[in-house]
Amino acid sequence: MSIWMIIIVVAYLGVIGYLGFRGFKSTKTATDYLLGGREAHPYVMAMSYGATFISTSAIIGFGGASAVFGMSLLWLPFLNIFLGIFIAFWLFGRRTRKMGLRLDAHTFPELLGRRFKSRFIQGAAGVIIFLFVPMYASAVLTGAAKYLAYQFSMNYNIALFVFSVIIALYVVMGGIKGVMYTDALQATIMLIGLSFLLYMTYHKLGGPTAAHQALTDMADQVPAKLQAAGHRGWTRMPQFGTPLWWTAVSTIIMGVGIGVLAQPQLAVRYMTVKSGKELNRAIPIGGVFILLTAGVAYIVGSLSNVFFQQTVGEISIAVAKGDVEQIIPMYLQAATPNWFSVLFMLTLMSAAMSTLSSQFHVMGTSIGRDLIEESLGRKSKNGGVLATRIGVLAGILVSVYLSYAIEIKFGKTGTAVVARGTAIFFGLCACAFLPMYVGALWSRGITKAGAIAGLIGGAASSLLWMLLIHEKASTALLLCNTFFGTRSLAIQTVEGKEVFLSSGPIIWAFVDPLLIGLPISILLTVLVSRFTKKITDEHLAHCGMMSE
Amino acid sequence: MLGIEDPWVVSAYYLCIFSALFCLIWGIIKWNKDDPETEPGEEIRRWAEEENRVEEEL
Repeated sequence: MSIWMIIIVVAYLGVIGYLGFRGFKSTKTATDYLLGGREAHPYVMAMSYGATFISTSAIIGFGGASAVFGMSLLWLPFLNIFLGIFIAFWLFGRRTRKMGLRLDAHTFPELLGRRFKSRFIQGAAGVIIFLFVPMYASAVLTGAAKYLAYQFSMNYNIALFVFSVIIALYVVMGGIKGVMYTDALQATIMLIGLSFLLYMTYHKLGGPTAAHQALTDMADQVPAKLQAAGHRGWTRMPQFGTPLWWTAVSTIIMGVGIGVLAQPQLAVRYMTVKSGKELNRAIPIGGVFILLTAGVAYIVGSLSNVFFQQTVGEISIAVAKGDVEQIIPMYLQAATPNWFSVLFMLTLMSAAMSTLSSQFHVMGTSIGRDLIEESLGRKSKNGGVLATRIGVLAGILVSVYLSYAIEIKFGKTGTAVVARGTAIFFGLCACAFLPMYVGALWSRGITKAGAIAGLIGGAASSLLWMLLIHEKASTALLLCNTFFGTRSLAIQTVEGKEVFLSSGPIIWAFVDPLLIGLPISILLTVLVSRFTKKITDEHLAHCGMMSE
Repeated sequence: MLGIEDPWVVSAYYLCIFSALFCLIWGIIKWNKDDPETEPGEEIRRWAEEENRVEEEL
């Protein structure tokens, strides 16, 4: 480590420490601003939003995945901007905020539970979130630990352990509160860093058109295994109906693109703004932020293939020896000045910390408040607190274990584990919550029974699909193999060879749980609502749902 | 176009940029617009106090 690296690390930690200290001493979380009745500086407000939008997994995981899949993944930042920012804030945000305030809801399950007058919904949604979030948290942890491992040339398990200890300390010391100044600083560095990275990448490769053309011309270098799976080059969509197409489109693009609308941690964020005005202001900032962070990571990830081809004579995944999440760190180290890659690493680490603490926050509240206090009605003060703490601790341990186990299973196999883990979590959230959430905000006709049916049907069908059919997930989770002696029910062994069951272009083992669970959930919510008892007009009026 | 032949991928590239620009323009126009019906401050205050209690418990 050079003297410059040390100076940057110390300066960065100093600034973060100072801002954290200021946040500790005075009123600096979004709620504190609300309570204090003051407005946060628009820039701080805007950038701290930015930090909630984007996590390490987006840069390391999805950037790495783009190096493998190519620029077809750019559909995802488009969906993130259009659905995740514009539609989410413009349509979902305003309504959620109004309803949340009227119902005094503090978590996503609480909003749904109170809207449908069902403690069961609140408890069940809490449990589902608690069970699903570790998958997402482990994706973020894995991304961060891999970066650390690469930057400091240490063993992955050691990096994972060190980072987990740091996270645990951070959480214990109260880091679970999102301090706006620290978030804003991280987001600013990330924004500047990634913009610089895009400029530098295009500049090095002779401008956008020349860079893309060079990538297009490399199509013949796609590894044979990926070609067989449907890869046609890094600037083309995969061949329709191939395993790669299903993974790119149904899991990565649609899973995250649609799932972003039903994210428990974001839904609460709508309520911490002072007025609808601030939701409006979040839209331009969020849109540009996603473009310049996620969008850039995907473009740079894809173009890293050209860079490595020109410098080392190999494509990215070959240089990274099959480790997808090492591609972005490797590219940064090879293509940017040393001080930059160190600064960038620090930013990503702290971004990972803020994302992780918001995930642990969600885990904690879903167990403590949603399940124990509200759903089971154990209001005794200490019970809830203890359960929350145990919940958070268990969540951290499970997430760390998952990161450890996933690396053993998929570490060097060219599987984009971080991107997939994130995508599966987003997809599961969509299956369980999206129909009911949309119903809660816009429909007077969705009943309590309908909402419950959709919640359980969506969650159960997508989970079963994951455990028994979806090839990557069912293979990793081993349950299918234990009970049925095959890694997926959609794979048959004919004369010692695996045959994937398909119907036309649909190869069932590669269809994401989202495409199964979401339609089932929508259908159940609507159908059951037709035949069950409607919610009273008084309650609907209380929720702010006026009759037309 | 832009060195990318597949129209699906070029569209995604442009859609990313245009959707961000759209958000930007939309936001600038609506920068100071609030919803016609704003809630009474009391509701927000009560919510924020309860939220702080939840945070404290964590």
